[in-house]
Amino acid sequence: MTNDQIPNPKSQIRNPKPETRTEPGRSVRNQITVALTGQPNVGKSTVFNLLTGLSQHVGNWPGKTIEQKTGTYHHNGITVQIVDLPGTYSLTANSLEEQIARDYIIKEKPDVVVAIVNAAALERSLYLVAELLELSVPVVLGLNMTDVAEQQRMYIEPHVLEAALCLPVVPMVASKNQGMRELVEAVDRLASDPDSYDPRRPGIREDHQAVLAHLQKIIAEQVPEPYPENWVALKLLEGDREITRIMQERLSPEKWEQVHSILMKHEDAILAVAGARYEWIGRMVRAALVRPTFGQVTLTDRVDRYATHPFWGLLVLVGILGLVFWLTYTVGAPLQELLDTYLVQAGAEWVRSALSGAPVWLVGLLADGVIGGAGMVVTFLPILIIFFATLGLLEDVGYMARAAYVMDRFMHLMGLHGKSFLPLFLGFGCNVPAVMGARVVEGQQARLLTILVAPLVPCTARMAVVAVLAPIFFGRHAALVSWGLIGLSLVMLAIVGIALHELVLGGEHVAFIMELPLYHLPNARTIGLSVWQRSVAFLKKAGSIILIVSVVVWALSVLPGGEIESSYLAGMGRLLSPLGKLMGLGWRMMVALLTSFVAKENTIATLGVLYSTGEEGARLADTLSGVLTPAAALAFLAMQMLFIPCVAVVATIRQETGSWRWTAFNIALLLVLSFSVGIAIYQGAVLVGWGV
Amino acid sequence: MSEERIPLSAIASGEVAVVRQLAGGRGFISRLATLGFTLGVEVNMVQNFGHGPLIVMVRDTRVALGRGEAMKVLVGRMTNDQ
Repeated sequence: MTNDQIPNPKSQIRNPKPETRTEPGRSVRNQITVALTGQPNVGKSTVFNLLTGLSQHVGNWPGKTIEQKTGTYHHNGITVQIVDLPGTYSLTANSLEEQIARDYIIKEKPDVVVAIVNAAALERSLYLVAELLELSVPVVLGLNMTDVAEQQRMYIEPHVLEAALCLPVVPMVASKNQGMRELVEAVDRLASDPDSYDPRRPGIREDHQAVLAHLQKIIAEQVPEPYPENWVALKLLEGDREITRIMQERLSPEKWEQVHSILMKHEDAILAVAGARYEWIGRMVRAALVRPTFGQVTLTDRVDRYATHPFWGLLVLVGILGLVFWLTYTVGAPLQELLDTYLVQAGAEWVRSALSGAPVWLVGLLADGVIGGAGMVVTFLPILIIFFATLGLLEDVGYMARAAYVMDRFMHLMGLHGKSFLPLFLGFGCNVPAVMGARVVEGQQARLLTILVAPLVPCTARMAVVAVLAPIFFGRHAALVSWGLIGLSLVMLAIVGIALHELVLGGEHVAFIMELPLYHLPNARTIGLSVWQRSVAFLKKAGSIILIVSVVVWALSVLPGGEIESSYLAGMGRLLSPLGKLMGLGWRMMVALLTSFVAKENTIATLGVLYSTGEEGARLADTLSGVLTPAAALAFLAMQMLFIPCVAVVATIRQETGSWRWTAFNIALLLVLSFSVGIAIYQGAVLVGWGV
Repeated sequence: MSEERIPLSAIASGEVAVVRQLAGGRGFISRLATLGFTLGVEVNMVQNFGHGPLIVMVRDTRVALGRGEAMKVLVGRMTNDQ
């Protein structure tokens, strides 16, 4: 944080003095920082991708779970560090994203802020710019999507807009790579001559000027650096939660009482302030914007007649999801098998033969522990890439919001946002993209809730275990049992969702207010980059945890004697056997459940090892059906559906929540849930005398 | 035109209305105002099936609102030929 002086408290918001720069001769500096801002759906990420390409670094904002992207480009011998701020509609802290965006601008003071606006929704997307102009950073306006605007017969004169706002306006079509050079040059010019920056700024309505001046007088000298006083006064009037909290802490009780009584009197001031900003915007664009007198029936209108229809919309959704799963099974699953056979198994074989003289434990460690774990990560990739690409595509063309709209009424019952639906649905394929996909959900609580319930969506791996075991125990009723288990998982998901929403997250109502962007052609670069970044994030962060856990579980299963029956893992299974008894399950079944932590499919493999009788031709099926009663088998299957997700999912939960506490909470929750349901099923069956 | 204030949710598809009042908490009003729902603004009902969420066009933007949210937006009705 620099110690640049804050604007003179006496200056009016409409005309704060330009910040005095501490370093003279800025033009000779060889590195500048540019913040990229814009409302959602203005093509900001396309601009960012074009500017930075693969120089992007994706991480999280310090201490936050919101994605932070930075990158660099070079122009005229200057290295431009570009920070992609979260897409926000305003700079009032209604959400974490908005708080991050404005804190960055106020505290880090980038040299230039590039604000991208959507020419097809000019007035609304200028709202954020109106707020930016209340701060002192120099702004370059990227007037994006001018092609889309023209399709709607809206024509904008960039020069007229520039003259009205008194700041650089660059017309561009980022999706076609037009206007990027001009944007870069405008940034360069402004950065090298910040004193030339003197834009028009939105004023305050007369009826609020007195109130504002009064507020500012009370809080004078009490505003923490580096917030400008006049801006803080305005945000108080707007009812900004974060600023209100800060000032309540800073002010003496008497002064706060004064502030509070003013705010109570002007409780709906936000409407007046926002109204004034929109009026100002209206004046600014009046001369520059030519719009049709009559509304146009656009492609978006025509598609939406079906895509957002309560009935047809559901069909469209089902069709799209069907396609995704068809793709997963016809392309993803075979690829996964190929990788498993030719890479993982072949790798393990190679290690075994290459190290034939080495100690047995070393071979086991490498072939089973390391390659087993790494192999799981690798074989995950094809399916993950398909899901990430689907998510990216649906998001990019604008369909995501429609799916959320169609599903909102169902998701709302659980306190979830409509946008939680798609990520959760992808969980049927694999829970990892479900957890990662929760990023599209707005609002931190709704996002967290989506992540926490995601492991209850039955993934393909869990269904594979059911597919193997159900016929063994239930014969021709296997299909019925499988569907029942899926139903059970979803009912549990709903119950857990409602309970968490009410009890843990405070039952806050998630207001459903969502922009439906215009449909547009997907941008391969945008989607490609998002797939690339998410896959790399999975490999880097989750990969290492998966590898470690895989090695640890392998070690537990062979130490100390080398045999699984006498291993520590078996010991843990025996430790759990009193609990298992309540479900009619022996220690071997408990061990099988424990090993499913590495990968759900391990359940079968472990059962195969533990119940191998040594006799040639003795089938697992025969052995298993002999040791378990139907009631115990049902309890076991229900448990493995609801049990802790595999380590890949746990690692992803940790990565996405940024918190071991929530991760541990989730694990504990699922442990309690799965054991309770297992016990309830077995004891219930015993009570009615079924299957014992 | 005489005008009574009715909830936005009562406006039929294709009708135009003018926002007169927003009810609800500060955060809610702030979010709506930011998106362009300010007093006096015209909204175009794009889709309203009488149940479930609805879609309106405000300031060149399609915005989906839950029914509960739409009930907190009070509007005056404008006839189509205005």
